[in-house]
Amino acid sequence: MELEKTISKKRSGPVLFSEYKLGEGIKKALEIGRENILFELRDSGLKGRGGAGFPTATKWMLSAASLSDQKFIVCNADEGEPGTFKDRVLLLEYPELVFEGMIIAGYTIGAKVGILYLRGEYEYMLKSLEDFLATLRKDNLLGENILGNSSFNFDINIRLGSGAYVCGEETALIESLEGYRGEPRNRPPYPVNTGYLGHPTVVNNVETLASVPHILLKGGQWFKKHGTDKSTGSKLFSVSGDCDKPGVYELPWGTSIAQLLEIVEAKNTKAVQVGGASGICLPKSQFNRILGYEDAATGGSIIVFNQSRNMLKVLKNFMEFFVEESCGQCTPCRIGNIKLLEAIEKIEQNEFTFMYLNNLKELGKTMQVASKCGLGQSSPNAFISILENFKEEIFGLNGKGNGNGKA
Amino acid sequence: MVKRENERIPVSQQAHVVDKPKDLTNIGGTVSVEINEKKITVPLGTTILEACQLNQIHIPTLCHHPDLCIAGVCRVCVVEVEKMRTLQTACSFPIMSPIKIKTSTEMVRKARRHIIDLLLSEHYGECYSCFRNANCELQSLAKEYGVDNYPFGHVQEQRYEVDNSSAAVIRDMNKCVLCKRCVRTCIDFQEVGVLEAINRGHETHVGTFLDKPLSEVICINCGQCINRCPTAALRANDPSDEIWKAIDDPKKHVVIQTAPSPRAAIGEEFGQAPGKSFTGELNTALRRIGFDRVFDTNFTADLTIMEEGTELLTRLKKALVDKDQSVKLPQFTSCSPGWVKYIEHFYPDYLDYLSTAKSPQQMFGALLKTYYAKEANLDPADIVTVALMPCAAKKFECNRPEMYDSGFKDVDYGLTAREMAKMIREAGIYLPEMPTSHFDDPFGDASGAGLIFGATGGVMEAALRTAYELVTGREVPFENLVIEPCRGFEGVKQASVKLENCVEQYKFLEGVELKFVVAHGTANAKIVMEMLRKGELNDVHFVEVMACPGGCIGGGGQPIPTSAEIRKKRAQAIYEEEATLPIRKSHENTYVTNLYEKFLTDGPCGKLSHKLLHTHYVKRGKYIS
Repeated sequence: MELEKTISKKRSGPVLFSEYKLGEGIKKALEIGRENILFELRDSGLKGRGGAGFPTATKWMLSAASLSDQKFIVCNADEGEPGTFKDRVLLLEYPELVFEGMIIAGYTIGAKVGILYLRGEYEYMLKSLEDFLATLRKDNLLGENILGNSSFNFDINIRLGSGAYVCGEETALIESLEGYRGEPRNRPPYPVNTGYLGHPTVVNNVETLASVPHILLKGGQWFKKHGTDKSTGSKLFSVSGDCDKPGVYELPWGTSIAQLLEIVEAKNTKAVQVGGASGICLPKSQFNRILGYEDAATGGSIIVFNQSRNMLKVLKNFMEFFVEESCGQCTPCRIGNIKLLEAIEKIEQNEFTFMYLNNLKELGKTMQVASKCGLGQSSPNAFISILENFKEEIFGLNGKGNGNGKA
Repeated sequence: MVKRENERIPVSQQAHVVDKPKDLTNIGGTVSVEINEKKITVPLGTTILEACQLNQIHIPTLCHHPDLCIAGVCRVCVVEVEKMRTLQTACSFPIMSPIKIKTSTEMVRKARRHIIDLLLSEHYGECYSCFRNANCELQSLAKEYGVDNYPFGHVQEQRYEVDNSSAAVIRDMNKCVLCKRCVRTCIDFQEVGVLEAINRGHETHVGTFLDKPLSEVICINCGQCINRCPTAALRANDPSDEIWKAIDDPKKHVVIQTAPSPRAAIGEEFGQAPGKSFTGELNTALRRIGFDRVFDTNFTADLTIMEEGTELLTRLKKALVDKDQSVKLPQFTSCSPGWVKYIEHFYPDYLDYLSTAKSPQQMFGALLKTYYAKEANLDPADIVTVALMPCAAKKFECNRPEMYDSGFKDVDYGLTAREMAKMIREAGIYLPEMPTSHFDDPFGDASGAGLIFGATGGVMEAALRTAYELVTGREVPFENLVIEPCRGFEGVKQASVKLENCVEQYKFLEGVELKFVVAHGTANAKIVMEMLRKGELNDVHFVEVMACPGGCIGGGGQPIPTSAEIRKKRAQAIYEEEATLPIRKSHENTYVTNLYEKFLTDGPCGKLSHKLLHTHYVKRGKYIS
């Protein structure tokens, strides 16, 4: 915690970690008006930074077009993906970007209330965030008649999660906000129509909202210059694992994994897990792939493994995580994950047939398409990609491995 | 008529249905979709499942139930929707745009099979040692998808202890498939809220508050969860072994009373379509099984009308003539043991509104071991009384400690229609082919008024037929004695009859608009109780409440499956049977008048009837220690 306090804004990056002055984003937003905000956002090509990559402008437009006496902005700060810690940096060091993003969103869609859903483990930030909100209220950037605009009232309150990974899924998050079991809802209908308390609700990731003030100030076209055609702008990457310089980096989309490994000074790398536990695991032969929605997509988590790591143990760790964190609602996820974990245990004990494992890979594919939410849809990714990409290590050249990385 | 307030229900357990447009001829009223390359037009907001059902396309389901809101959790009903990355659940997906749907692609079939295999891997036990054998939705799915092995294994050890603490409902979570129908039934449909999912991931299970035994929580024993469970995870507490033992014991005189609702539904257990009563056939079958006497619960239903009606008139007199402020009106019926336990838990401060009359089942029990024992010259200790009921809560009711007014346990066993059907099959009898026969004396065949107790509004209708005639000396002013406002399945019904030209004894009721309310299902009971609390029932005199949807015909002991349509047909069977009966008013039942002349000589609500036919209630509250 001491460490967090001493962090000052020494970071630099093309978008989020660039210069910014408090209140500028809101001023600009009020100046250009709702429609132009939506046009700028559309031009920027900004997509959801939580991992799913839904176009932000579309989400805002849909809820702006919804008819309802109440609308809500929810900032998803339930940063729970293993290996992700970029939102923590934003909330601690750049809270103005996050909150101004929420206020602009509220202005755009016509919401009066914003809710920051803060991960339970981030409770220690609560005081500093509340203090910051108080400052915003004092500066008339939050509350009634924002910046003298009599038709614009918006306030933000902070709610704490209770430690369930699945509550990072937007509809489970809304259930949790309403005080119920954190279980994902059926979609459709989507939160933009039927969200918090049944009202239109925009749920955006911390980083998505933090990007908005910069986009408004410098323009959608400017934002688009960074990154690739399908993945515009820059991205925060939380890099951890076997490298000399772990941490949060802002890099343009389209950076290759090899480039990233160089920046973080990773040596002797065997594998990179892109996208956390729910992502995919890439071997050295695929380090030329680029980070972006069109190739190796990620909500920001990059975990580096060097040659000393046992990939089967890595996989087992991920699967144990999903078995524990599945909400238990739908069949493929509740039972499927435990079957995949059982398979890993059988590989460890060398008690399996390849037919059995192929069956389970097929099961994994079913889980990817038939689970109710993103958790179950992505939990087999690690299983499928690690068994495929590291089969020589796990099974040995002759298919008789003992699970300890030895043939 | 009354808007439901669903404040307690999680949004995830509410129906996320899109309101369908009222005028389908308007632009945007309907939408054209393609299902399996066939073009069809449906109202906007129709779910894929509904659209398929309308077009004879079968979609397998498990967590979906026509009575309950959408869950979308089992994932068995997945289909492919063009341009969507993942499969979609047909039960939950509202059609809002012209989409293309495929219901039987390789991906769909494989996913469904995987899901069934996964469910079977966790489903403990074997089909041949299961009471739901041949009536299990999981088993049907396994057959439909040709399951002939367990690719993901099959659980070999029980994970959960079977909870048989309750006299009514047994929970075996080893067979649970977590479809959460019971949860939705309990929280959303009945609004009792005993069952909910506990823990997460693989540890998820349906449980009670702090996982306490069912007998120690606020379960009202309605058994609606049993009727909707697709597997054998929930069942009623079956006493049939003990009943067989009594039948086989030559010293025991085993008598059975049968209620009208199971008679109108038991045919379904023998493959008959819903909507036909097997009263006469059942009488013969029961005698062949070995019951010494077969009686009609409708007899005590008629008696209930006499007692409860007299109680109501007494209350009215006290309130109107004696201006007694302490009299509680409206008077609530007390025949439904689920409702009685509901009010004991949820509205304990309002127990004085409840009629003190016992339910017909318990009245019969008390009479059998006193009046009948004397008449038949039997030692009550040797009489075993069985009650065939549509109900799970009746099992709890007969075990209440206060139900020993005869000096013995008034009713020894409550039996459901399902358990009765099993006994009949065990005896090698095919019910629909039985010759018909009548009930035994000294209780005989009862009136039609007692018969219609089985459907919601029936008690009210029966009571009005008698009360109106007693007060005015004329028949109720409804054609053919059918009091239409009491019939039908609206959740809360409200109506009134004006009392005019009253006979001398009831002159104090002259000009009174007799107002009554009928509710069925505890969710609707809650609405009525909230109205009472707010003072909105101040001018109402009589309220009928049944804990189960549709009344007893939808009871927790009735054949599985259930749906609004099936319940409607069962009610129809009862009303049709009623219309053919010679006597259709409780006070004209000569066996009842005989009983008052010979045994209950001080009349309805007299001293003896108070001892045998009335009871008291327990303030239970809803806080569990």
